[in-house]
Amino acid sequence: MSLEVKALTRLGDFTLDAEFATDGKITAIFGPSGAGKTSLINVIAGLIEPERGRVAVDGTALLDTERGIDIAAHKRRIGYVFQESRLFPHLTVRQNLLYGRWFAPRELRQASFEEVTDLLDLGPLLHRGTRQLSGGEKQRAAIGRALLASPRLLLLDEPLSSLDEARKQEVMPFLERLRDHTRMPIIYVSHSVAEVERLANTIVFMDAGRVTGIKQ
Amino acid sequence: MPTLTPEELTAIKLSLRVAAVATLFALPFGVAIALVLARTRFYGRALLNALVLLPLVLPPVVTGYVLLLLFGKQGPIGRWLYDSFGIVLAFRWTGAALACAIMGFPLLVRAIQLAIEAVDTRLEQAASTLGASRSWVFLTVTLPLIAPGIIAGAILCFARAMGEFGATITFVSNIPGETQTLPTLIYTFTQVPGGNAGAFRLTLISLAISLGAILAAEGIAQAVGRRVRGQ
Repeated sequence: MSLEVKALTRLGDFTLDAEFATDGKITAIFGPSGAGKTSLINVIAGLIEPERGRVAVDGTALLDTERGIDIAAHKRRIGYVFQESRLFPHLTVRQNLLYGRWFAPRELRQASFEEVTDLLDLGPLLHRGTRQLSGGEKQRAAIGRALLASPRLLLLDEPLSSLDEARKQEVMPFLERLRDHTRMPIIYVSHSVAEVERLANTIVFMDAGRVTGIKQ
Repeated sequence: MPTLTPEELTAIKLSLRVAAVATLFALPFGVAIALVLARTRFYGRALLNALVLLPLVLPPVVTGYVLLLLFGKQGPIGRWLYDSFGIVLAFRWTGAALACAIMGFPLLVRAIQLAIEAVDTRLEQAASTLGASRSWVFLTVTLPLIAPGIIAGAILCFARAMGEFGATITFVSNIPGETQTLPTLIYTFTQVPGGNAGAFRLTLISLAISLGAILAAEGIAQAVGRRVRGQ
């Protein structure tokens, strides 16, 4: 998988002017809070439309303001795990997991429900409501939900930042399993050196809305 | 339990039918307008909001008279409805339903609008990254989350419609069996000698229906609310 991202946009007082390309399996976007990491992946997901920019996966443009291309977020097939899990409160864990599957084109539904629930150890949680989950369980369910939509790329926006240290240690092995047992390309946003060193093979450094370096 | 005369029973049944039809008719418009008011910013939004709330502050007799001017046989909309579809609203129970729908509309829209404003739009964003188009997001995320507000609004609208008097009597009069609803029959009873017993019986029934509606609205809204919050 190769990903090209270029975005220039003003968001209030903040200017995002970032550009990078990667073909790593796990690419970390690393930088302090307020560096523009979340805004940048929101551009990738199609949740923010930049003034100028380009997003291309394997050479296919999902956004190209110069050529007037802007594919809607729901058609981009880019999975997104948010900082807060954003599970649907009116659905059970099972219904949350199956939500995106229904919208994926039939020929592209490669994710298997059993494999994903095994990988993330979600079996015992399937019948629960989202209120009866701990923070770590919520994030695992959110990762499962994104995977089961069979995306071409998975964005993880500081998935551990809302968890305490013990819960972080509980979820981390699942992220490593995700890295080692699936072929899903991942963009992992973090401000934690420890997480980034443990998970990523390409690191994009960001500060004040700009990319300041890339390390393979 | 006091026994009811056939005249009273007819008025009660008619009131229930008028209120039910009015609520069902107003519901889709109520959801659409609440969505527009809660989610969009456009020139003239304040005016739309004021128009929706207007029946709440206008004397009901004025609302009824405006309806008569517009929907009466000689009114522009009334004549068009009659010429095109053969529909007559003035002095018919359907006209009473229209009057009640308009009088209940502000309560309906307000309840739904508040529910929509309380929806966490980040959940809708999450749904779109999972492949749901805007209409699917609305049907599978927004609508279930605002269901308690819709139910509460519908029951308030229904209760308001059950009690509507001024606009109804002005627009469709007080014709036994056609437009004589519970409140207009109570009014009739108070105008004739010896009507006190009837007025009193219907007042009790009116109280029971209104109280029941409010209790049901609260109960259902809470139960559905717990469900959509995942408790």
